Amino acid sequence: MSDALLSVDNLITEFETDEGRVRAVDDISFSVQPGETLGIVGESGCGKSVTALSIMRLLPQPMGQIVGGEIKLNGEDLTKLKLSQMEKIRGNKIGMVFQEPMTALNPVHTVGRQLAEVLYLHKDISKDQALRECLEMLDKVGIPSPDVRMGEYPHQLSGGMRQRVVIAMALACQPSLLIADEPTTALDVTIQAQILELIKELQNDMGMAVMLITHDLGVIAETSNSVVVMYAGKVAEQGNVYEIFDNPSHPYTRGLLDSIPKLETVPKSELSTIEGMVPGLLDLPVGCRFENRCPRRKESCKAAPPPIEVIAGSHQVSCYEWSKSVNE
Amino acid sequence: MNGVNLSMSDKAETNSPILQVRDLKMHFPVKEGIFLRTGKYNKAVDGVSFDIQPGETMGLVGESGCGKSTLGRCITRLYKPTAGSIVFEDKDITNISGRELKPYRQDIQMIFQDPMESLNSRHTVGDILMEPFIVQNIGDKQYRQKRVKELLEIVGLPSRSITRYPFEFSGGQRQRIGIARSIALNPKLIVCDEPVSALDVSIQSQILNLLIELQREFNLSYLFIAHDLAVVKHISDRIAIMYLGKVVESSDGESVYREAKHPYTQSLISAIPVPDPHRKADRQILVGDVPSPINPPDGCTFHTRCPKAMDSCSNKSPQLVSLPEKTQHKVSCHLYE
Repeated sequence: MSDALLSVDNLITEFETDEGRVRAVDDISFSVQPGETLGIVGESGCGKSVTALSIMRLLPQPMGQIVGGEIKLNGEDLTKLKLSQMEKIRGNKIGMVFQEPMTALNPVHTVGRQLAEVLYLHKDISKDQALRECLEMLDKVGIPSPDVRMGEYPHQLSGGMRQRVVIAMALACQPSLLIADEPTTALDVTIQAQILELIKELQNDMGMAVMLITHDLGVIAETSNSVVVMYAGKVAEQGNVYEIFDNPSHPYTRGLLDSIPKLETVPKSELSTIEGMVPGLLDLPVGCRFENRCPRRKESCKAAPPPIEVIAGSHQVSCYEWSKSVNE
Repeated sequence: MNGVNLSMSDKAETNSPILQVRDLKMHFPVKEGIFLRTGKYNKAVDGVSFDIQPGETMGLVGESGCGKSTLGRCITRLYKPTAGSIVFEDKDITNISGRELKPYRQDIQMIFQDPMESLNSRHTVGDILMEPFIVQNIGDKQYRQKRVKELLEIVGLPSRSITRYPFEFSGGQRQRIGIARSIALNPKLIVCDEPVSALDVSIQSQILNLLIELQREFNLSYLFIAHDLAVVKHISDRIAIMYLGKVVESSDGESVYREAKHPYTQSLISAIPVPDPHRKADRQILVGDVPSPINPPDGCTFHTRCPKAMDSCSNKSPQLVSLPEKTQHKVSCHLYE
């Protein structure tokens, strides 16, 4: 564990809202090894994006605060850094790709200028050299005729092209970690396949680790080495991709996998569902957070949150009843 | 499986289709220059034909900008098509308007993608569900209130929801309100435009189950529009794949998936991420983006991205024709001519 690139330990992030303090991320721990892809999966509101923003220290201020835990990048605790020190990490050691490339890019600057800004900020280089590196980078992310595209504005590019530009910006300084928050959710399937393939290629090429946040279990299965399943601010289950998909041990993971219509399922057959809804963060249950929707809930699940138990190897689950789930 | 499909289509042929769409075109004028003259047309839908049988679901799949939503809006007559015909239960509704259209507003309904935007946030759920009856002048207040309660029960919402506002509900519940509104007047055909795309997976399956259940109970016909082939295949009897305003392939769901002929359909299927880590797909990735429908490529519109493009593809456009071995399976590609 000590050689992890990024290790998040007992992270707690809270938001101050009009209705009171809410804990969007509650005591989660995971680590990313160098060069691997870690997938974080969960439904809206489960805290997956807040986790990414906490790592980048980009939580909306002053409402969002990290109130506990450590985020260590190569052993250095990011939560203790001053903002000026953090600026040297962002874009340099950790790159980030957001869901909506149109909002991630500045509409009034050309693609070239935005890309060069990253280089000026983190490297001591001349204008010519920056230009050359930009061209190289755009070429690398598969943008045709990069010299023309450099002078264009984001609105002149298609969604897929914009996301390629954002990836080029995130990787311009060859970070050791790329955080991609729903990078393909706004794109069509054929473009999604292109972008995922591109990230995979660049990862092989540059050796960075990727933390991929998504709601799509299909994307996770195709790209990730390890998986963290989040539910209502907590880690429900984590492990390597085979452990999670072959042997889903948390009833939530199992429910998610069962409720996706697959191309093989019989048309118009009843899909299994997870009944009910995610509890609101303002009135979270005392016990297990999945208790109100869980098919194997017991009275005892209401009393206290289940501890994280190790099933085997890296496979961990937070459920009192996991062994029954496995045997079925 | 094949036997079942055949018998279904045999039965369907004896009935008359509820909806017949022939060579439908919807071209939007593009205004340019300082005098806003119409120079070009955005050919959003460019010659689409299909039938829907009573109680059947027709799935329509394609990427953004392929014209699938425009097609849905033409059928509900929110748009007046440029050319072609829409025949609903033996009456041509392509060009009628105003009062003549009113009875069809009862029979053809729509469910939208974003339930937050399609529900008036200043109206209570009761007001929203009451409105169809007021517009069509059906029943008195008592009857309407009784119906609203029934509708809520059908879609699985508590009856106390009547006095609540849309923002008090979650995404899935809001979509249930939208569904309740669409079935209020006992329609025959519902156009579902990406009804589950904005929802989380666990909620998505609840809504799909509800739609299937409603179809069985009320013998509804659906035109189900979505970009997710797995979802469409689950709910549909037949599927049409659209690319740049045209249908490139259509058949029953099973054949579209297992015996896809058109290179576009094949790449669409291969692009879908499968939730199984053992099947790291050896996939066929399309290059480039969808061309603009304002200036579509000559010949086959897909030839710019097609992995199997030949010389003839760039100058001759293919026709949607039945495969010799299976007449319900139609494909528009020079490879199969």
